[in-house]
Amino acid sequence: MVKIKGTNKYKISFLLNQTKVEVIVKASAILLDVLREDLNLTGTKPGCNEGECGACTVLINGAAVNSCLYLAVNADGKEITTIEGLVNNESELDPIQNTLIENGAVQCGFCTSGMVMSIKSLQNYYISKNKSAKTKIAPTNQEIKKWLEGNLCRCTGYVKIIEAAEKLLTEKV
Amino acid sequence: MGELNKLKVIGTPVPKHDGKIRASGKAVYGHDIKLKDMLYGAILRTEHPCATIEKIDISKALKLKGVECIITAKDIDVNNIGYKRDHPILKSNEVNCERDEIAAVAAQTKEIAIKALQLIKVKYKVKKGIFDPFEALDLNSPKINSFNSGKFDNKNIAEVFKYSHGNIEEEKSKSKVHIKRRFTLPRVTHACLGTSNISAQYDKISGKLLLYSSTQVPFLYQRDMAHALKMNPSDIRVIQPVIGGGFGSKLDMYPFEPICALLSIKTGKPVQIIYSRKEEFLASPTRQPMIIDISCGADKNGSFTYRDIKIIKDNGAYTSWGATTPFVIMQAFSSLYKVAACNFEATAVYTNNVFAGSFRGYGNPQATFALERMIDLLADELKMSKSEIRLKNANFKGEITGQGLHYDTCGHKECLETVINKSNFNKSTKKSKEGRYKKGIGLASMLHVGGGAKIYRSDGCGTTVKIDPYGYCTVISGSNEIGQGSETVLAMIASEELGISLEKIKIINTDTDIKPWDVGVHASRTSFVAGNSLLGAINLLKIKLNKKAKELLDSKNDDFNYENGCIIDNTEDKSINLDKVVREMHFSEPNELAIASYFYEPSSQFQDKEFKGNVSGSYAFASQAIEVEVDTYTGNVNILNVYVAQDVGKVLNPLLLDGQIHGGILQGIGYAVSEEMIYKNGILQNPNFHNYKLLTASDIPQIHFFPIETNDKQGPYGAKGVGEAPLIPTAAAIANAVCDALEVEFLELPLTPERVLKAFNNKKKLIHEF
Ligand code: FES
Ligand code: FES
Repeated sequence: MVKIKGTNKYKISFLLNQTKVEVIVKASAILLDVLREDLNLTGTKPGCNEGECGACTVLINGAAVNSCLYLAVNADGKEITTIEGLVNNESELDPIQNTLIENGAVQCGFCTSGMVMSIKSLQNYYISKNKSAKTKIAPTNQEIKKWLEGNLCRCTGYVKIIEAAEKLLTEKV
Repeated sequence: MGELNKLKVIGTPVPKHDGKIRASGKAVYGHDIKLKDMLYGAILRTEHPCATIEKIDISKALKLKGVECIITAKDIDVNNIGYKRDHPILKSNEVNCERDEIAAVAAQTKEIAIKALQLIKVKYKVKKGIFDPFEALDLNSPKINSFNSGKFDNKNIAEVFKYSHGNIEEEKSKSKVHIKRRFTLPRVTHACLGTSNISAQYDKISGKLLLYSSTQVPFLYQRDMAHALKMNPSDIRVIQPVIGGGFGSKLDMYPFEPICALLSIKTGKPVQIIYSRKEEFLASPTRQPMIIDISCGADKNGSFTYRDIKIIKDNGAYTSWGATTPFVIMQAFSSLYKVAACNFEATAVYTNNVFAGSFRGYGNPQATFALERMIDLLADELKMSKSEIRLKNANFKGEITGQGLHYDTCGHKECLETVINKSNFNKSTKKSKEGRYKKGIGLASMLHVGGGAKIYRSDGCGTTVKIDPYGYCTVISGSNEIGQGSETVLAMIASEELGISLEKIKIINTDTDIKPWDVGVHASRTSFVAGNSLLGAINLLKIKLNKKAKELLDSKNDDFNYENGCIIDNTEDKSINLDKVVREMHFSEPNELAIASYFYEPSSQFQDKEFKGNVSGSYAFASQAIEVEVDTYTGNVNILNVYVAQDVGKVLNPLLLDGQIHGGILQGIGYAVSEEMIYKNGILQNPNFHNYKLLTASDIPQIHFFPIETNDKQGPYGAKGVGEAPLIPTAAAIANAVCDALEVEFLELPLTPERVLKAFNNKKKLIHEF
């Protein structure tokens, strides 16, 4: 991170969806805005801008974070994944995305990016947990619900989202 | 229409048509629109819910670098907006509720726009507001909305609806039991996850205005906008980006929308306004809060005799379409369960509260809560079982209700029987007297329009369908998608009827310059009306295709099947590719297009002055039995099981149907136990998700859904509207369950832990005192 002389701006660099990026941001810039405005990645959604809805969830070094509460300068040197980064070769959706669609868990879709990223982080958590374990375990239904508590959805009633997550995570952790 | 028993696509769990776009973050919502040279708009709202404006000083704000335009009421030449044209876009003399718009800024960045707002100085003369509708009705109270046309005796009445059938006095004399209660229903909000937004682009040279708007009624909106801005409607083009939730919130046009257009007209540049979450809470419409006085009776056999209802609705400071909710409310009271006589009066009263709008269910959750609570009380009084009294009075096929609704199909009884059986309703009545946790079960039904609602001059929808020379089909539908899945249903219908695979079907439905007229998304009408419209267009198209196929196949037959991209003559075992037929239509004599258009108007009637008439093409019924467990230490209501049976006519897509059911029920649970906008002297105290409690993934009960198929001959493949129904009886059933668990009564919602505890402790005290 380099401070730009005579300004309150910083040049930061991070790994965004596997590609290194450099941006100049104000000290007070919020990661969500930098992603959406400066980097044109509008898949991450602003639902409240105050850390209550989870629509803005991204992965920072593999863990789910509300990007609306995260200072962009803190992203310097980290690895960030957004919803756009889950699509392989720009055309193949991640199994999480496909499972949500097939299970009817997407309605208006405004919460979906955040849901997908939260489920991804749970998957990451279990994959790393299972690495050192003798027998593989998957999260329980209760754990999934708890994990997704921070992601609001006004359309689906969550049922299909949880079903989809459970189906996926029993197979893919 | 394909024969019902041979359906291939309809009835199968087809995932959402544009699911991949939405799930990959590629869908463009209003929040994602970026136009060249776009400015950011922001709105200054009043600091006081009731005041006279003495002075607005914008001079400092104008000097701020990056500010391109500031408007106040005196800078614009516009008409009032709203259902009764009682709502000025920007307020000049007086402000009447917390959300009132005083000035608007367009600036180069959002930050500058917000900063400019802080530099605008407004001098107010603060007045004492009126926040209680009964106080507003007091003849000594001042007039709240100065644009109120004064049609009624009282200056603060916005609208009155009166309805009656049967002879109340006669029915009263026949009754063995009479119950009278007052219920109070709260103000709740849609809380769409995507906040309100608009982008406006005015072109000074052509004089045309392009709006990217999330309205759910684009054609009515285009006309309302034109009236507000004194423009020609056809010079306004409305494009709908992907919408982050609707639920009725986008049925009206609100001031921020013409404000954004005006900023663009003044600057000649595109302008975008996006609400913050706080703004969404305090400046969106709400569900109608109301006070329902009801008395009703039953004879000694438990037959319902009469219902006498007086409702006071808090209109807020202005009148929206939501003022017409009594259309739906009176239906519930007049026609849900058989009832010999009904008297109904609803009065919408101006107050200095924020104005109420329309919300999924359109008055019906409130009405159903009151009615279904009363039915439990009647049953108790008669010492009858709560299931028996309902079954006895259930609606039936062929019934013509006192209001003139024709139930050509009716699954009410079957819905009731299903949830009663599945929930073991009659067996689970034994109460545990001791212990901290008490279980209870409640039952409620609902009636809602299931085939549109003729409240506008037309309840119709236009569709154009075309097939291209490559065998792909484009459906241009007047209806639109607000997340509910209507696009998918249309694609399924086209696929079913034309034998074209789903990937080859495109739905175009977002642009008023292209699509044919439609009244909009409301009244659970889209699958029914737009579906029928598409079927009509396909029938016309098939006449052309059949003719060409007959010629090319040299068939004697006139009847063809459409399967796997082919047109098949079954009797002679010949077939030809659909794309080939289309090419031949285009390129050989008499050279015509494979295209057809159709306008479908449901057979429903416009109701007469007494509100009588068959207002919908079909009617939907549902029952829910809900099991709860109440923690008597904390007052917490835990919803355990929701058994729901709904007369959907026919299941078009089980996957999407489940989604509507689950989503609706969860909104209903929120209405029952957690959601409430809390105001103090007209100022919202909880404008955020932290204090306005939406339910989360951890709060979901077990939902057991049983679709009931009654195959309505009016509906596409027999289907009825489904969208609003699932949330309508939920709060009523939950309230009945909590009353059952604690043996107390509740007269208001939501059943927050505080209210539940209070009721429980009061009861304990009463028992002690006796
Ligand atoms: S936008 Fe970040 S939590 Fe809502
Ligand atoms: S799908 Fe609309 S908020 Fe979740």
